[in-house]
Amino acid sequence: MARAISNRKKIMWTALSWGIGLLIFFPILWTFLTSFKSEATAISDPPVWFFFDWTTQNYSDVLERSNYPLALMNSIIIAVGSTLLGIIIAVPAAWAMAFVPGKKTKDVLLWMLSTKMLPAVGVLYPLVLIAKYFGVMDSRILLIVVLMLINLPIIVWMLYTYFREIPGEILEAARMDGAGLKNEIIYVLTPMAVPGIASTILLNIILAWNEAFWTIILTTVNAAPLTKFISSFSAPEGLFYAKLSAASIMAIAPILIMGWFSQKQLVRGLTFGAVK
Amino acid sequence: MGRITLDKVQKKFGEVEVIPPLDLTIEDGEFVVFVGPSGCGKSTLLRLIAGLEDVSGGEIRIDGKPATDLPPAKRGLAMVFQSYALYPHMSVRKNIAFPMKMAGMDQAEQDRRIAKAAEALNLTDYLDRRPGQLSGGQRQRVAIGRAIVREPAAFLFDEPLSNLDAALRVGMRMEISELHSTLKTTMVYVTHDQVEAMTMADKIVVLRAGNIEQVGSPLELYKAPRNTFVAGFIGSPKMNLLTGAIADKHNATTIGIRPEHLDVVESGGTFTGRVGVAEHLGSDTFFHVHIPEMSEPMTVRAGGEVGLRHGDTIHLEPRAEHIHRFDAQGLRIA
Repeated sequence: MARAISNRKKIMWTALSWGIGLLIFFPILWTFLTSFKSEATAISDPPVWFFFDWTTQNYSDVLERSNYPLALMNSIIIAVGSTLLGIIIAVPAAWAMAFVPGKKTKDVLLWMLSTKMLPAVGVLYPLVLIAKYFGVMDSRILLIVVLMLINLPIIVWMLYTYFREIPGEILEAARMDGAGLKNEIIYVLTPMAVPGIASTILLNIILAWNEAFWTIILTTVNAAPLTKFISSFSAPEGLFYAKLSAASIMAIAPILIMGWFSQKQLVRGLTFGAVK
Repeated sequence: MGRITLDKVQKKFGEVEVIPPLDLTIEDGEFVVFVGPSGCGKSTLLRLIAGLEDVSGGEIRIDGKPATDLPPAKRGLAMVFQSYALYPHMSVRKNIAFPMKMAGMDQAEQDRRIAKAAEALNLTDYLDRRPGQLSGGQRQRVAIGRAIVREPAAFLFDEPLSNLDAALRVGMRMEISELHSTLKTTMVYVTHDQVEAMTMADKIVVLRAGNIEQVGSPLELYKAPRNTFVAGFIGSPKMNLLTGAIADKHNATTIGIRPEHLDVVESGGTFTGRVGVAEHLGSDTFFHVHIPEMSEPMTVRAGGEVGLRHGDTIHLEPRAEHIHRFDAQGLRIA
């Protein structure tokens, strides 16, 4: 890449990217600030930026009025559970498609992706009826299965792309070196695919954590994760902006911190293996 | 011991027959080169021997034992790939140790063999590096090291030098030949480069469209090519193949004259033409001579410094004892 970029252009692009970055970050910042305001300051016009009486009252109110630990636990179990279940199913599937492709492999992949284009409401009734029939409404297991099914196409696609990056000759070399299928998978394929599997897990935990449509509809109390926890503060009576913000911050903080620490893996995951 | 026998070995991909039933014996300790243009099936044939592809028919025996249905891991062969195919997540040491680890060899013996191989291949200082930190030539050496430590029945090389630059290629060619004379193990080597084939092989197998065109020592192939394909493929620059009146005179459909078997004469001569492009190599000069009655220019080898210039008229006389004659089917007439 020998493209000469003048200093002025460099400054312009840098400013632009910072601008876009801040734009995206602004809602989180505003929610963060609002969560420390009193309900009255939160809706004041013109808005107050930094100079108000900072209070943690909202946080203690939220913790008092609702069961945050339960919601947090539910979120963790549902996000991690659905992702791991998805990985267990997707690894052999992606493996087969990447290394022993058939004539219809491409069609199967596209068909799986097409299910992501289906509007979720389209299967709302059937799903609710099925869940009711089996008596699993408002249960963690239901959400784990549903979220796993929803994200499965993405998990398979991501793993498939990673596996495809592994040159077949290296696997053949392992075979020539005396490795049977089991040793080939343990000593050669898996270590080479670990970064890919890790990124896939991270990205899907985030997707499952943020999933709001199904988690809000299919839960009431017992299995309610943090998404439901937030929405319960957007009461029709309104005027609870500060508490809603506090609840939101508490709900997104864990995933934000996790994302921060695993930025490198995530970027790799989001580019679907394009960056080597 | 590494005698490899192919008995009516055949390979089909779906309906397409890549290798029609073929017989071939590779003797123990021989350096055999499969050579041919791309797509001639030479790599497929090697992969059939390796077990990386399943045969569609026929039988493969290694040391007299049937190997047709054995997985690659059980055939006792080692392979060096064009892309080196090193394990990127392992150090050089672990790469070389891998086949011994798979064989369950004890650690002391592994260490001894690694040290020996590393010394022979100049890799001692690089044992703790990853393949990504090595140059192309070093990676190739690691791949060879990984192949030799297990002391296989035979080595299979799949165009191992194609990814190296010209200077390194010549050096590695020598090293592989050297390795063969020290180890005296059977080696099967695939290349599309006839110079590699000529310089390294005990026995060359020329392939075209999955068929064996000729099997023989480099000089046999050079002196007595069995047909026009082998005649044109072996030797550099290519043999001049001529048809028409000149061939009729020799009672043949096609005659072949190598560039080195044409003498430049003062006057007369069988051919008279105009000098075209000249390639000066220092030791030799190759002239392309345009002869009015022929569609293709003829190539002539002359000494290093000849006073011939573009456009000059030149007279050529072939050496009668070196004229190859071929019939209408392109087969050699004895």
